[in-house]
Amino acid sequence: MTEPTNVGHGQNREGSQPSLALLSGTMVSGPEEAFSSAADWFALLKPRVMTLVVFTGWIGLLVAPGHLHPVLAFTAILCIAVAAGAAGAINMWYDRDIDAVMRRTAGRPIPAGRIAAGEALGYGITLSAFAVVVMALATNVAAAAVLALSIAFYVFVYTMWLKRRTPQNIVIGGAAGAFPPVIGWVAVTGGLDLMPILLFAIVFFWTPPHFWSLSLFAHADYARAGVPMLPVVAGARHTRWQIVLYTLFLVPLTVVPWALGLTGAIYGIAAIVLGLGFIVCAIRVLRDEQDAVGISLTKDAPARASFKYSILYLFVLFAALAVDRFVG
Amino acid sequence: MELLTPLSRADSQAVQRRRRGRNWAMLAALIALVGLFYAITLVKIGQGTMAF
Repeated sequence: MTEPTNVGHGQNREGSQPSLALLSGTMVSGPEEAFSSAADWFALLKPRVMTLVVFTGWIGLLVAPGHLHPVLAFTAILCIAVAAGAAGAINMWYDRDIDAVMRRTAGRPIPAGRIAAGEALGYGITLSAFAVVVMALATNVAAAAVLALSIAFYVFVYTMWLKRRTPQNIVIGGAAGAFPPVIGWVAVTGGLDLMPILLFAIVFFWTPPHFWSLSLFAHADYARAGVPMLPVVAGARHTRWQIVLYTLFLVPLTVVPWALGLTGAIYGIAAIVLGLGFIVCAIRVLRDEQDAVGISLTKDAPARASFKYSILYLFVLFAALAVDRFVG
Repeated sequence: MELLTPLSRADSQAVQRRRRGRNWAMLAALIALVGLFYAITLVKIGQGTMAF
């Protein structure tokens, strides 16, 4: 059997005209329908981002007082995952123009021409509605309302309003990613409390140092796309200081649940140790060998390390919360 | 008027393979959905919270 030579992922179908082809019994209505695979539709859901969202949502659900039947808990997590993916698909639809000029995102299904923009939008809207309705049916209306709010915040506030207008896009838009532990909590309890608000605040203040570490070594991409990320607008040196300041604010905040007696010592000690590691990473980013305007001379090695650590940090911090709840 | 360009045999096979993949994925999603709604219904009836 002859292997196809030019239909791989990440490749443009340049030269392929929209066609109604009749060959070997194959009819296609256009290049998008023809060349998209199931993996492309899955990629629209930004599965890598979804991982952290699902995990923090699951921890919110685990640490909440009360009990949710495992089937309903699974459904709640599924709804959080699908909603995050749906918001990601709508984001890809809206950002298809800048995705096409950024090296990191040019291979995504829409800019690569494998999925039509309108189909991606319909897919995102349908999955959003599905996630919210099923969440309401399986758990409660309050959890569904917070889920809907998180989708709306990501799509309208972050993607459409802030992302292209202000270097504070990540700071305010980060709230969208902070909703999952709240949704998990509300799915169990049906209401809000101090703890989910603190979990929201922790993810909210974690997002800027996490994302600015990425933007330090991806700033050329953002500059090319005209996205006003902090290193593009205010420079690398200012961004390094902001990473340190936000990290210094974040670490004491993570200790607050322990200080207020909402968690035990396992979480408290984990928060302190992990936080010290995060501060060390931030200071290394600040003291990275750099030129007069703050551009790294080490290919942003400390920023890359800080970005990786920030992901591990949030995973382990929230895992410690769950361990503390069941062991402590 | 839009030009119609036939696909090569290799492209045609790739199209068929991808369409088959999408169809199987859709089937799996539908079966999973049926199973999920069935399980939710059983739990809700068991809890006596099946109120719509």
